[in-house]
Amino acid sequence: MSTTTRERIGLLLVALALIALPFVLAMAGTAWVRIANFAVLFVLLSLGLNIVVGFAGLLDLGYVAFYAVGAYAYALLASPHFGLHLPFWVILPIGASLACLAGVILGAPTLRLRGDYLAIVTLGFGEIVRIFMNNLSSPVNLTNGPKGINRIDPFQIGPLNFSASDTIGALVFSGPIKYYYFLLLVLLAVILVNRRLQDSRIGRAWVAIREDEIAAKSNGINTRNIKLLAFAMGASFGGIAGGMFAAIQGFVSPESFVLNESIMVLAMVVLGGMGNIWGVIAGAMLLSFVPELLRYTVEPAQRALFGKLLVDPEVLRMLVFGLALVLTMRFRPAGLWPETRHRRELDENRA
Amino acid sequence: MTGASPRASPSPVAGLAQTAGHGASGHPPWASPAPGEVLLEARNIGKRFGGVQALKDVSLTIRHGEIYGLIGPNGAGKTTLFNVFTGLYPRDGGMVLFCGAPLNMASPHMVSAAGIARTFQNIRLFGNMTARENVMVGRHVRTHAGVIKAMLRTPGERAEEAAIRRRADELLHYVGIADRADDLARHLSYGDQRRLEIARALATEPKLLALDEPAAGMNATETAALRGLIEGVRNDGLTVLLIEHDVKLVMGLCDRVAVLDYGEKIAEDVPDVVRADPKVIEAYLGAGTG
Ligand SMILES: Nc1ncnc2c1ncn2[C@@H]1O[C@H](COP(=O)(O)OP(=O)(O)OP(=O)(O)O)[C@@H](O)[C@H]1O
Ligand SMILES: [Mg+2]
Repeated sequence: MSTTTRERIGLLLVALALIALPFVLAMAGTAWVRIANFAVLFVLLSLGLNIVVGFAGLLDLGYVAFYAVGAYAYALLASPHFGLHLPFWVILPIGASLACLAGVILGAPTLRLRGDYLAIVTLGFGEIVRIFMNNLSSPVNLTNGPKGINRIDPFQIGPLNFSASDTIGALVFSGPIKYYYFLLLVLLAVILVNRRLQDSRIGRAWVAIREDEIAAKSNGINTRNIKLLAFAMGASFGGIAGGMFAAIQGFVSPESFVLNESIMVLAMVVLGGMGNIWGVIAGAMLLSFVPELLRYTVEPAQRALFGKLLVDPEVLRMLVFGLALVLTMRFRPAGLWPETRHRRELDENRA
Repeated sequence: MTGASPRASPSPVAGLAQTAGHGASGHPPWASPAPGEVLLEARNIGKRFGGVQALKDVSLTIRHGEIYGLIGPNGAGKTTLFNVFTGLYPRDGGMVLFCGAPLNMASPHMVSAAGIARTFQNIRLFGNMTARENVMVGRHVRTHAGVIKAMLRTPGERAEEAAIRRRADELLHYVGIADRADDLARHLSYGDQRRLEIARALATEPKLLALDEPAAGMNATETAALRGLIEGVRNDGLTVLLIEHDVKLVMGLCDRVAVLDYGEKIAEDVPDVVRADPKVIEAYLGAGTG
């Protein structure tokens, strides 16, 4: 990894663009800042799932369960529901630990499963967690059932309240903009951690298991523990993202944690390029922003062209989404930005 | 891809048997025996797959520092015996003693930690990892850094990573494929893949290196280089267990040879005696191979 001057300048420009982004988006409307925040949340989720699916090669279709655990942990510990109002920097680690625990609980019984079988069990796990959230309202009202939990506390750092606006000079720091910067910091940390893990003894063990589990075992890797570690790490990232989701949204209900969300995150990982951190980030960004862009452009465009609405933007969104996935799988099966190893392989096949 | 000249380079394998590495990973029972003493002892090993008795009452002893050959017609049970030794298959009966301590129901990674490393008859590399990364994976069992240290990139973790990489490069050089370090394992030639498997196995710092038909599919030059490599490994203090169909290679290389036929050991002795054994000749002629 030699960083040339050109790369440094490139990174600096990207950093400046990311810092300026929320203000540019705010000009188009605060909704766009919110969309950016959700995009970053999905990037975090994708990076977490990438550890399980991309590195260790374990197909997990219930990943959203860990997001749910993190979100509910935050909701229960910082809302009027139980009258608890812990600060976010206490709850986020708790949420991450609970999600980590859930990851181990899911991982332990599924260690012998691979591929399709693992996918089915994890899918079931995701649904079980959601159904629990839906039904744990009696006899003791733990989750408030389908109604969900309301009025969740926003982040508060000293006098800085993340639900109010602050003005510094000419700049208005709205709540979403504050969350954006916080998310950006978390994202940086998560990227750093991911890259370090990837180039570590543990990261190599994950990839070795993905490549050939028997060879990995025979060469001294305790595949049981190392797989559990992948589930636990992936789940912890999901838990942190879930906590931030609860705070940003101010409201959680089981509806946010349906199977579709798991599939969406998996699609982001696969579309971008399994195993490659930058590919996964790009995949998550694309699948977060493009549908929103369509939502905001398709309707006005149709009205301008035909004078009336022919296709509902929501329908078109799913159509484009499906088409994008089909085309990617047809022309770039390893994803848009595959892991270097896969890319080298594809290049050589072409040559 | 120069031919292997193991002893020309400072050997990364020499002295492995003496290093404290084994003790460090917390399994005291396997102290290294002196040359000539029993390293591995199998007693009455049995293994059945449904109706097939793959191994029947197989007993054998492998002494420290020897090259021990295991031959037999196709389907005789040689690979099955490897799989039992390395914990991939549970055995039906009998016991395995390694360095005097029983390997009871040990799982493969524990066998690896105890000091048995193996290669596979049908090569099993990590195809989408580079040759160097493959060997680095072999260091896993002798290194320690966990998730937290990796996330924090502690000085200890960085030093360990550097050492892993250095050792991997030394081992690639040792088996003669240093120039392929950055190539994906799946892109190596067949002979180089076999060498890479050996390098990866050596990275686990074994006392016993078990090779399952390492010369299969190699041409004469590659086989000669392989022979030099195996002799070099032995001269560096390791014990070698070798399954091989190339009778000339086995007879020329091994100190002692055991013959399996239909899951039973029918002979065990120095190569010249085994070669002249009528039971062995019959087993081979009967199976139509030679
Ligand atoms: N996993 C398994 N399940 C069922 N039968 C098996 C299994 N592994 C091996 N066998 C059977 O056990 C017997 C011994 O097989 P093994 O692979 O050990 O022979 P081998 O001596 O290594 O032969 P080769 O020289 O062809 O490699 C064969 O009859 C084989 O079909
Ligand atoms: Mg065999």
